Amino acid sequence: MNEFIEKNLALMIVLIVLAVSFGGIVEIVPLMSQKTVTEPIEGLKPLTPLQLTGRDIYIREGCTVCHSQMIRPLRAEVERYGHYSVAGELVYDHPFVFGSKRTGPDLARVGGLYSDDWHRAHLLDPRSVVPGSNMPAYPWLFDTPIDTEVLPKKLTALRAVGVPYTDEDIATAGAGLDGLMEADAVIAYLQQLGTLITERR
Amino acid sequence: MSSLSSGFIIIGTFGSLLAFFLILYLNRSTRNPGRTTGHNYDGIEEYDNPLPAWWFWGFIITIVFGIGYLLYYPGLGNFAGFGGWSQVGALEASQDAADERYSPQFAQYLGVPVDELMHDVTAMRMGRRLFATNCAVCHGAAGTGSDGFPNLTDAEWHWGGSAEQIKTTIMQGRQAMMPAWEPALQDQGVTEVAEYVEQLAGREVDATLADAGQERYTMFCAACHGPDGSGQPMMGAPGLNNERWLYGNSRLRIEDIIRHGRNGQMPAFAERLGEEKVHILAAYVRSLSSQ
Repeated sequence: MNEFIEKNLALMIVLIVLAVSFGGIVEIVPLMSQKTVTEPIEGLKPLTPLQLTGRDIYIREGCTVCHSQMIRPLRAEVERYGHYSVAGELVYDHPFVFGSKRTGPDLARVGGLYSDDWHRAHLLDPRSVVPGSNMPAYPWLFDTPIDTEVLPKKLTALRAVGVPYTDEDIATAGAGLDGLMEADAVIAYLQQLGTLITERR
Repeated sequence: MSSLSSGFIIIGTFGSLLAFFLILYLNRSTRNPGRTTGHNYDGIEEYDNPLPAWWFWGFIITIVFGIGYLLYYPGLGNFAGFGGWSQVGALEASQDAADERYSPQFAQYLGVPVDELMHDVTAMRMGRRLFATNCAVCHGAAGTGSDGFPNLTDAEWHWGGSAEQIKTTIMQGRQAMMPAWEPALQDQGVTEVAEYVEQLAGREVDATLADAGQERYTMFCAACHGPDGSGQPMMGAPGLNNERWLYGNSRLRIEDIIRHGRNGQMPAFAERLGEEKVHILAAYVRSLSSQ
């Protein structure tokens, strides 16, 4: 049989794919129907257009390279960052921004932890508030206006993958955001992160 | 998880294990041990020997271990495992253990008034750690603050320096609100008031401008900062009759603050830390200032 498979390339490819995918199928497929993963926790709302813009800038600037957004259920992490992350908080996240490395701290519950003024000072010049920080400065966020024209398209795309934006949300997506800078959007995004769950355990 | 998904996982997992075993078992012997398979790769030939015994049995042991693991730990759909282990359960156990170990000490400290606690060496060591984790990002590792973030080591308390006031500040946070005075004062007014503010701080100034500034100060600023510039902890209005500056000491900055106002914010830590830790922090912050 070994010889037969080895000499029939097409069959071998099919069997290899089958063998490799089996573990994945068993682990991933059942998750798609699991309520704790697919249902939003109480009070979860889709990001506002401003927050969504901030999220895209967060991705663009590579914040995920140094900051995770995933508090693991370990005491040391819960003590420092707050309640461990739950899947229901993240059902409207496309794509996920878990990150995989913590050069800087985890940001999953950074919302409300510092004032807006602090975030401004820190994004403009991290060393001005945290002398030992090795985070880069992001001064261009303060003189780049946010792109409001693309927002209806972004909301439409997200609705297509299940985020419940209404027609009205999409029609008014860019309204009232003229004159705001990218830093405002990033801070609006950061200040809502993880704020729905406030208890520690 | 639905029982359908659960069954799918169980069947998939044991199906895989069975397949591994069958492939291994069926290949334990070969047709021509000791002879070559006939394959020839650039002169390199291949013996048609079975798997070495240690490898075969090693594989069997991993399969047996895997089955044992799946029975003890949660891994098979809805089956929770005979060991009763869960991720959240493990977290809660470690939290309970920590509570049991530390809570008597926290409870004991909570009973000690802040003004006494600040002289307790152990409590202050805990306070320093709590401060480093939660406060240093804005107020600095040594509590000396930075531009726009209050220095806690000087003699100035924007929101009051009593034990109760400090605790309230940490527990509930604070929101300062200085409006932008540019529309009301206009350029000339801003210059005059800035001149007077510098005079309040004890600097040498142009007397004519400062006198005009004093008039406007009384009208617009005195309600919060006090007629004599001594500040008002109820409003979080800093004293202006000294050389301690929250938002920078240059003339340029002083005028900018008057023009645009400032809205300093201290976040609330009641939910994050709980009163026991805030109590220790309040004592630590008190001790910073009295040093």
